[in-house]
Amino acid sequence: MNLSSDPMIFLWTLGKILIVAVPLIIAVAMYVWWERKVIGWMHVRMGPNKIGPFGLLQAFADVTKLLIKEIIIPTNANRLLYFTAPLLAVIPALAVWAVVPFNGGGLVIADVNAGVLYLLAMTSLGVYGIILAGWASNSRYALLGSMRSAAQMISYEICMGMALVCVLVLAGSLNFTAIVEAQAGSKGLFDWFWLPLLPMFFVYYISGVAETNRLPFDVAEGESEIVAGFHVEYSGSAFALFFLAEYANMILLSFLAPILFLGGWLSPFQGWHLGFLSEPSWIWLFLKFFIFATSLIWLRATFPRYRYDQIMRLGWKVFIPISIVWIFVAGIFRYFNVVTPGH
Amino acid sequence: MNHSIFQMVCFVVFAVVAVGAALAVVSVKNTVHAVLALVLTFFSAACLWMLAEAEFLALALVVVYVGAVMVLFLFVVMMLDIDLEPMREGFIKYLPIGIGAAVIMLVEMLGIVGVKTLQIPAGANPAGASNIEWLGMALFTRFLLPFEIAALILTVGLVAAVVLALRVRTFSKHQNPAAQSAVRAAGRVRMVKMAATPPAASSKQESQA
Amino acid sequence: MKKIIAYLKSLLLLELAAGLWLTLKYLFKPKYTMRFPMETIPRSVRFRGLHALRRYPNGEERCIACKLCEAVCPALAITIDSAPRASDGQRRTTRYDIDLFKCIYCGFCEESCPVDSIVLTDVLEYHMERRGENIITKPQLLAMGDRFEKSIAANRAQDAAYR
Repeated sequence: MNLSSDPMIFLWTLGKILIVAVPLIIAVAMYVWWERKVIGWMHVRMGPNKIGPFGLLQAFADVTKLLIKEIIIPTNANRLLYFTAPLLAVIPALAVWAVVPFNGGGLVIADVNAGVLYLLAMTSLGVYGIILAGWASNSRYALLGSMRSAAQMISYEICMGMALVCVLVLAGSLNFTAIVEAQAGSKGLFDWFWLPLLPMFFVYYISGVAETNRLPFDVAEGESEIVAGFHVEYSGSAFALFFLAEYANMILLSFLAPILFLGGWLSPFQGWHLGFLSEPSWIWLFLKFFIFATSLIWLRATFPRYRYDQIMRLGWKVFIPISIVWIFVAGIFRYFNVVTPGH
Repeated sequence: MNHSIFQMVCFVVFAVVAVGAALAVVSVKNTVHAVLALVLTFFSAACLWMLAEAEFLALALVVVYVGAVMVLFLFVVMMLDIDLEPMREGFIKYLPIGIGAAVIMLVEMLGIVGVKTLQIPAGANPAGASNIEWLGMALFTRFLLPFEIAALILTVGLVAAVVLALRVRTFSKHQNPAAQSAVRAAGRVRMVKMAATPPAASSKQESQA
Repeated sequence: MKKIIAYLKSLLLLELAAGLWLTLKYLFKPKYTMRFPMETIPRSVRFRGLHALRRYPNGEERCIACKLCEAVCPALAITIDSAPRASDGQRRTTRYDIDLFKCIYCGFCEESCPVDSIVLTDVLEYHMERRGENIITKPQLLAMGDRFEKSIAANRAQDAAYR
């Protein structure tokens, strides 16, 4: 077997994609279970506890239910776009994972130099699924939902991009692995980028929540006003695809926030000589991921929905000015060597 | 199968998709479909650039045009209620002008491609370093002034668009969220101290009754 | 100055943090959920659930067909026919129907009964699957009484001091 031959490279790449994609989809199912559990606990309830031990199989039961349900097509819907829209939502959500590293030493599908740009490109594609779903359904609520979500996603993409620019300025690279390695050092968690970029860390996280249309920014769905927003008319497996895309994006956000600002797989005790606790490991990344993923649920259980004009005000009048100022500050940090990558 | 053949196949596929989508943009009747075909054209062009190892340009094309500009286009087109019949009336009348413009563009493009092919084709990675790094270096050192001027012009355009489109509607009632969230109880409620004893006159009347 | 402090407070998301802290506290509180089929809430002895007709300890049915319950029923849910019993000529009901859809579970029938025959048990888990099953008949009511006599008697005894 010649591993460097073309068919082998092709198969190996395909295998790597499956190694990431299949656990991702299972993670979505488990995340849904965990979300329902945590929200239940915060409501002083128990959450799902009937199907499987601790209700663990609840999400799989839900998926089975969705898959065997009928897909209803509204009479005047645009059939082609109606079925393309869920795919357009899912494909970018899964494609982004090509550049997300899970550990040092190239544990990533494609270790490309323009990883951050690729991320921005793919997340900006996700908006098409939502817009087209709303338009193709030929329903007022769906159209309103898709317009809201499109405006919201475009607005928050800007501050998200600016937060990324700050990280790039400090790290000096567009490669995710290099960004994490730039946060290595001897001062433990104080070497990570959250400290010099504290406001941008929050801006990134909050805009990420807005990008994924999660509470408190879920006006695109807004079940109390516009029923379910862009996916009112979707049922069965088509709805399941939207669901998958949303949760895959949430998991992505929970992975990227640690990678960009909290040192990825680096230990919070790096350089403090605490034995294995100071070693970088994928366990740290997954621990940070878990904390962020749970925090998204926590936000959902705590806050009411923002009013639409307040969302726009927050994005354009608060976050963008802060971002512009902090890009300048980050440049100063870098120029005067206040923060040096990799030390 | 070796790399160059695989790349060739990819190139042909992307090129065919790009050309086909571009044709669809001008021939499809449904405007939303036309916009989506344009998106596909941009995307295929980005893939072609990726093949030519111009990653930054390709991804910037996707981020800027596909991710933002075309979304706004789609927005506008979705909101329009277009009557298709009158749009097809002037087709024959404008056909000569259209053909003329197309021929001129074709000649120009052939000219520039011909000039390029006469020279030795330079790769997208002339310095051997990363494409993005090289581009960033060039933009922020040699071409800093044009870059900043372009940014300034874009900002002016943005401000101008806002000024032109902004209608200050004095008659409309709307809320100021900042003022709303700044409200405190102390600013709204005035606590008044009053004596709790009943008036003397009324108590006398009660005792008589 | 006040404005600046208020702005900084809103910028630092202090109120949001307070909200998050509250939900975090609730995350660890003991849960109130009752796992219904396995656990039930303790029920009062005065609970008014499904109806039953009782018997005397010797097996004689208590009901003497006085029709007071039929008369007092505000929802007109009770229908009684009576005739002399063939064996000894005593007046007995030949029909005792209660429409569960009409019944408002007020308990007046139980209050009015001179011989403590019709009672409301504390059974609340019942259902019907077909139209017509909502009307329960005399044999069904007597069977209910036979089945739950122990708990009916115990509940009545516990509440007797307050009647």
